[in-house]
Amino acid sequence: MSIRRSAFLRGLWAALPFSLVIAPFGLLFGVVGTEAGLDIVEVMGFSIIVIAGAAQFAAVQMMADHAPTLIILATSLAVNLRMAMYSASLTPHLGKAPTGMRALIAYCLVDQTYAASMIEYERNPQQSLGEKVAFFFGTVLPICPLWYAATYAGARLGTRIPPEFALDFAVPITFLAMIAPLLRTPAHIAAAGVSVALSLALAFIPYNGGLLVAALVAMVTGAQVEAWTERRRVA
Amino acid sequence: MIENTSQVWTVMIVLGLGTFLLRFSFLGLIGSRSLPVWALRLLRYTPVAVLPGLVAPLVLWPPATGGVTDPARLAAAIATVGVGLVTRNVFAAIFGGAAVLYLTPWLMGL
Repeated sequence: MSIRRSAFLRGLWAALPFSLVIAPFGLLFGVVGTEAGLDIVEVMGFSIIVIAGAAQFAAVQMMADHAPTLIILATSLAVNLRMAMYSASLTPHLGKAPTGMRALIAYCLVDQTYAASMIEYERNPQQSLGEKVAFFFGTVLPICPLWYAATYAGARLGTRIPPEFALDFAVPITFLAMIAPLLRTPAHIAAAGVSVALSLALAFIPYNGGLLVAALVAMVTGAQVEAWTERRRVA
Repeated sequence: MIENTSQVWTVMIVLGLGTFLLRFSFLGLIGSRSLPVWALRLLRYTPVAVLPGLVAPLVLWPPATGGVTDPARLAAAIATVGVGLVTRNVFAAIFGGAAVLYLTPWLMGL
């Protein structure tokens, strides 16, 4: 088996668990969007053009509440600002790929493909560019096509999923499951702690503004703790 | 209910374009140029800086319960992190969290 094909398959395998979350979440978006009054073309348009679950839910919720267009866009884009940070942290690994390839990677850059790929690149940073790109597209396969399919199924289903299933909590559980294995060093733990504390303390700031502040301070905290730890080791 | 079709398409297309530009930003603009050490050091902490802050309010004040703290969701969150820390396995953590989410209301009902 070629190196790239085996990297692709490893990516697929690494992202496969997330399909268990993508499926119900996509289904839920199809159901919620349809019940809010979108037709099937509009629901599918959101999942294909925007392809960002949390922002899609926020946009549909606010349109149903008759919020002004500019407020809806500002809020949903703020939810997606983390994508710029993902883009930045993938750049050292994938930045040398051809432009068209980078555009396709950017389109497929969602929480799950990012988390699965980043864990791999941090574990094996010495891999070739070809392997890293192949791994990334391996993670895309069980995530993005499934997102469209699940949205379609949900829109067709159109009926309410019983609230006992607590499907809303699929998203927090996935995110938490992604975070826990990342808490390897004091710096990572400090960054996560600051992120939680500040985002709760600043929850009163509208349009997710508190999360942005919390994330920036948490990044600086992580970097600073890492610098201190290294200095102490040298000294 | 959503009745304003032109707003739906405006939001969909502008949000789609904007989100793509956010995703493409650094990958597209910086490309093969290498980033300074301090930038790399900051970026190492993006996932642990963003995701916990995104999740914390959803765990403590779930929108599905109208913002009231729910024992099942809180227990599920703690279980997810606990299993994730012990096993270092995302799959196991998701299953552990989901099991607690569904078992807690049932246990509390006994």
